[in-house]
Amino acid sequence: MAKKVAFLQGNEAAAQGALYAGCTFFGGYPITPSTEVAEVLSIELPKIGGKFIQMEDEIGAMASVIGASLTGAKVLTATSGPGLSLKQELIGYACIAETPVVIVNVMRGGPSTGMPTGPSQSDVMCAKWGTHGDHPAICLVPASVQELFEETVRAFNLAEKYRTPVMVMPDEIVAHMRERIVFPEPGEMEVINRTAPSVSPAEYKPYDTKFGDVPPLAAFGTDYRFHVTGLNKAEDGFPTTKAALVQAEEERQVRKVEANVDDIVTFEEYELADAEVVVVAYGSTSRSARFAVNEARKQGIKAGLFRIKTFWPFPDKQIAAIAGKAKAIITPEMNLGMCTQEVQRCAQGKASVSGIFRVDGEPINPGQILEKIKEVK
Amino acid sequence: MSFDYDKYIRPGKLPHIWCPGCGHGIVMKGLIRAIDTLGLEKNNTAIVSGIGCASRLPGYLDFCTLHTAHGRAAAFATGVKMAKPEMNVILVGGDGDGTAIGGNHFIHACRRNIDMTYIIMNNNIYGMTGGQFSPCTPTGAKASTTVYGNPDPAFDVAKLAIGAGATFVARGTAYHATQIDKLIVEAVQHKGFSVVEILDDCPTTYGRRNKFKSVIEMMNRLKDVAVPVKAAEKMTAEQLEGKILTGVLYKEERPNYTDEYAKVIERAKK
Repeated sequence: MAKKVAFLQGNEAAAQGALYAGCTFFGGYPITPSTEVAEVLSIELPKIGGKFIQMEDEIGAMASVIGASLTGAKVLTATSGPGLSLKQELIGYACIAETPVVIVNVMRGGPSTGMPTGPSQSDVMCAKWGTHGDHPAICLVPASVQELFEETVRAFNLAEKYRTPVMVMPDEIVAHMRERIVFPEPGEMEVINRTAPSVSPAEYKPYDTKFGDVPPLAAFGTDYRFHVTGLNKAEDGFPTTKAALVQAEEERQVRKVEANVDDIVTFEEYELADAEVVVVAYGSTSRSARFAVNEARKQGIKAGLFRIKTFWPFPDKQIAAIAGKAKAIITPEMNLGMCTQEVQRCAQGKASVSGIFRVDGEPINPGQILEKIKEVK
Repeated sequence: MSFDYDKYIRPGKLPHIWCPGCGHGIVMKGLIRAIDTLGLEKNNTAIVSGIGCASRLPGYLDFCTLHTAHGRAAAFATGVKMAKPEMNVILVGGDGDGTAIGGNHFIHACRRNIDMTYIIMNNNIYGMTGGQFSPCTPTGAKASTTVYGNPDPAFDVAKLAIGAGATFVARGTAYHATQIDKLIVEAVQHKGFSVVEILDDCPTTYGRRNKFKSVIEMMNRLKDVAVPVKAAEKMTAEQLEGKILTGVLYKEERPNYTDEYAKVIERAKK
C-alpha cells in the first residue's frame, strides 16, 4: 500500500505527530506563531474522544496538561517565547513531580513580545535554564516538517520513558514552512507508553527507587491513590526536608537524563570525515548551512556540517570530538551566541569557534555562512 | 458512636501544620463528614490545592491528592476533570491563593461551570508567609505589610464567584462547624462549579495584629457577623450593617463544561 503523503505546514505536522504518539489531551493558550498546533488538535482530538481545552492563560494551560497527565493521558501544550516564559513555573513543577508533558515551543524573536512573526532561535537557553532550581532538560530542535512530526513523536516517547517534560522547539521558519511529508504507518515508528506500577496499590510509592531512576507512575482514578506535590518529596510522594533524602532525590531527577544522553541525544553528521571547517547548526539555519557546505566543497574547501537535533542534553562528546579534529567551527544561529557558548565550552580551545548571529527576524542565508567558511579555512 | 475520621486520614500524616486555634482543621473535619455523607469513593476522588496553610490539607487525606503551585489549583484540577470527567474533584485553599495569584484561574473555572467544588478558607491573610495582607483583608486592618492600616478594599469572594458564573455559591464559618459539611454536601451534589467560602481565623498572624485577645474572641467574631440568608430576609438594612450572609447564597442550573464537551465529541465524531 502506498504511504500517505501530504503537503503540510510544520505546526500541522507537530499536531499530527502528537496524535501518532497517542496524545489525548491538549491544553493551550493562543500565541503566534504556534496557534496552528492548537487549531488542528481542537478539530482532531474530539474525533478520537480526546480533549482539547483553551485555558485562560499560559500558566493555566501548563497546569491543565500536568493535571491531565496525572490521570494517565499523554498530553501536549504549545506556545512561543512569552508563553514559554510564563510556563516556566509549572515546567519546574512537572520536573519535580516527574510528570510526562510535551511542550511545542515555536521560537520567535524576543525578549518580551519581541517580533511575534519573525523567526528566532533564542529560546534554547530558556529551555534549560528558564525555571529555577536544578532539573533535567530535554529539548529537540527539528529542521524540517517531516522531522517536526517525527521529533514530536520522539518527544512523547522521551517524556513517558523518563517521566519528565520534553520540549520540541522548531524556529518559526520550520513551524510555518510547508513541505512534503510522508506519514509513517501505525507501528512503523516506536511509540513508548509510561510504565505502569507492578506492585499492589498498598505497596505503591510514586517515586520508588527500587524500580530505578524512573519509577513507575500510576494514574489518578485507578486503584492507586497517591500524593503529588511541588515540594521536595520522599519516595512516597510526601514532602520532606530531610537533607539526605532531598539531595538524593534532586540528583536522581537530573541523573534520569544525564545518565541516558546516548539514548536521548541525536544529531546528523554531513561530510564530516575529512572536514577542516565544521558548521554546527540546528533548525532552519542548518538548511542554509548544508547549502553553504555543498558550495564550499564545490570550491575545494573541506567543509562539513554537524546538525544538532537534540539541543538538550547538549551533544558534548560529539562537539569535543569535532574540535579535536577540525581546524575551525562555525556556529550560525538566530540569537546572539547561545549555542556558540555551548560549543566553546565543549571545544575547550582545541578549535576556533566563530559565530554568525542574526536577531533581526531574517534567516541566516547560505552566502553568509559560505563567506565565514572561506574566512576561517 | 462518634464519627470515625481516621477512615479518611492517611496513616502517619498527622499532626498537621496548623497553629492552635486555626480553623482549617474544623473545615477539614467538615469536608471529611461531607465526603462520608456523599459516599465518595476514595479512588475516584481528587483533592487539589494550591500553596499556603489551607493548601496543605490534601496531604492528610487518603484520596488522589494534588498539591499544586501557588494559585494554580483550579487550573490543574480543570485538567484532571477534563481528562477524567467521572472523577469527583474537590479544590481547597486559602483566600490569597485563590483570589490573588489564582484569581484568573478561579474566575474562569466559575465561567466554564466545570463540575468541581472549591472550598475557600478565608482567613483574611497570607498566613504561611507570616501575615501579609491578602485581597480579603478588610480595609484598615493590620498586616505585616500594612502596619499603618490596609488601604486596599477587600474582595467579596462569594460575589466574585457569582459574578464570574459559578452556579452554586455558599458561605459558612469555622464557628458554625456543623453547617460546613451540609454546605459541602450540597455543593458537591450540584452539577457545575460550586464555591463554598468558609470564613476562617488566623490567630497567629491576623488576630494578634488586630487586637483579638484570644482565639475565642476570633471565633465569637465569626458567630456575631454571620447571619443566615433566611434570617436576613426579615432584617432591615440597618440591622444587616456589618453582617455577612451565610448559607446557600446562589444556585442556578446551567450546562456544565464536561457535559458540554461530551457533546463536542459527539459532533466531531459525526
